Amino acid sequence: TSEFHNLQELRHSASLETKVFIQRDYTEGTVCRFQTKFPSELDNRIERTLLEETVKTLNSYYVEAEKIGGQSYLEGCLACATAYIIFLCMETRYEKVLRKISGYIQEQNEKIYAPRGLLLTDPIERGMRVLEISIFEDQGSGTSSPSSSSMSSTGSAR
Amino acid sequence: MHLGVSESMRECEYSQISTRSSTPMETPYKKRTSRKRKWESFPGRSKFYCDGRIMMARQTGVFCLTLVLILVTSGLFFTFDCPFLALQLTTAIPVIGGVLFLFVLGTLLRTSFSDPGVLPRATPDEAADLERQIDVANGSTGYRPPPRTKEVVINGQTVKLKYCFTCKIFRPPRASHCSLCDNCVERFDHHCPWVGNCVGRRNYRFFYMFILSLSFLTIFIFAFVITHIILRSHRNGFLNALKDSPASVLEVVVCFFSVWSIVGLSGFHTYLISSNQTTNEDIKGSWSSKRGKDNYNPYSHGNIFTNCCSALCGPLPPSLIDRRGFIQSDTLQLAPPTNGITMYGATQSQQSHMVSETGSESVTKTSAFRAPNSFCRLPPPLSSSSRPVNQSF
Repeated sequence: TSEFHNLQELRHSASLETKVFIQRDYTEGTVCRFQTKFPSELDNRIERTLLEETVKTLNSYYVEAEKIGGQSYLEGCLACATAYIIFLCMETRYEKVLRKISGYIQEQNEKIYAPRGLLLTDPIERGMRVLEISIFEDQGSGTSSPSSSSMSSTGSAR
Repeated sequence: MHLGVSESMRECEYSQISTRSSTPMETPYKKRTSRKRKWESFPGRSKFYCDGRIMMARQTGVFCLTLVLILVTSGLFFTFDCPFLALQLTTAIPVIGGVLFLFVLGTLLRTSFSDPGVLPRATPDEAADLERQIDVANGSTGYRPPPRTKEVVINGQTVKLKYCFTCKIFRPPRASHCSLCDNCVERFDHHCPWVGNCVGRRNYRFFYMFILSLSFLTIFIFAFVITHIILRSHRNGFLNALKDSPASVLEVVVCFFSVWSIVGLSGFHTYLISSNQTTNEDIKGSWSSKRGKDNYNPYSHGNIFTNCCSALCGPLPPSLIDRRGFIQSDTLQLAPPTNGITMYGATQSQQSHMVSETGSESVTKTSAFRAPNSFCRLPPPLSSSSRPVNQSF
């Protein structure tokens, strides 16, 4: 029973505090790129270098996706020759890179961000407009928050 | 009882975020039957068909006209002119005509049915965040807020990014808001009623291929119908030739009037592609030297070949609006809220696990949401009681 109550307390603490949005950086044109400026709200939650590293890696992935080069020309010409029907069965290079990106974000969340009470949202889910970082309240700072009451209603073993 | 710590932990993770548990007012029965796809609640004026697979503008009458003109003219050509020409000249004529016709049709449908590059509207949290930033920047005084623009320097040119009041975002460079479809579209070229859709980043190459192949098809049909008439007139005289093959007259008329506009349009778009401009920019004269001595197009790659290749053979970005995905509970909404329901987002939120390509994301969300890890490590007495609750759904 005491464990039960502790769990309740901790659930209170898993509530969303705020969200920070890292906007797109258009200085290099329309290519997808996020700003590496560090948001001040994250000052005491995560080291600057870690976030910068994540954003830089993401940017490099997007550069790879949108690169115009031999492979993309081949893909484009092949698609044109087949009247673009080939897109129905083949995954484009962009889609492949996007899958890699979502895997990377998941990994980063598990390893770096979640333990600090943060959560990255894949930009594709926000229309590639922003990189959304959700900030959760620090553990143990729980006050009775409504989420807990709804949670307790499910779990109550009364 | 729990089956084992790790499994019950997992149970604990998923069952916690299950929206069913957070909305006690909704019955499980209702949730199961009211699963909606995202296109059904799309905020713009676009129309969707085939359960979200096809996306078009609201007015599709002119598109039907285009389709009818192409089908009828080509149909008449294949039925009435091709047999004669195949016999008299070569069977290559109907074959080439057939290939051209299929290509025209394929590119037309591709242009009309695909997402031109619509930018999804900002989520409420994003919009609020942007508003706050704008207010801070402006000092937020006065009854009428000044027009919201942001300046950015691209390749040495200063470009103004405008704030879209409908979509609540700062439009990326080259994007524009289509008033007919009520959407912001990336690399907006123009809204084409003939194809019944906007032409933007994702379908520009299909549009160009369409008008190019249609030019060839029109010229092809025109030329061979004239040849047909001429050959017949050698035999029977001109008037008799016309009487024998009345369809040819119709074809000639249609082709004659279309060829100028279509070939002209193809030429215009070839120029646009080679200079990497959009119709929108060209009409506004955004990069014309008349605006200023130093005005140039910052997006051009410098040479015609690279510009063409990047427009036609560049990577095709996927659709950003995920129209066939299921509406999932946006569990992480910062609403002012004091009840758990808003905390978990919409009341008719659906189970988050079954979303299409972003399935992994929702799982990540849920597991990370739990992530003050410590409470996952605790043996979750609740899981054993919540598990049956969930399974009953």
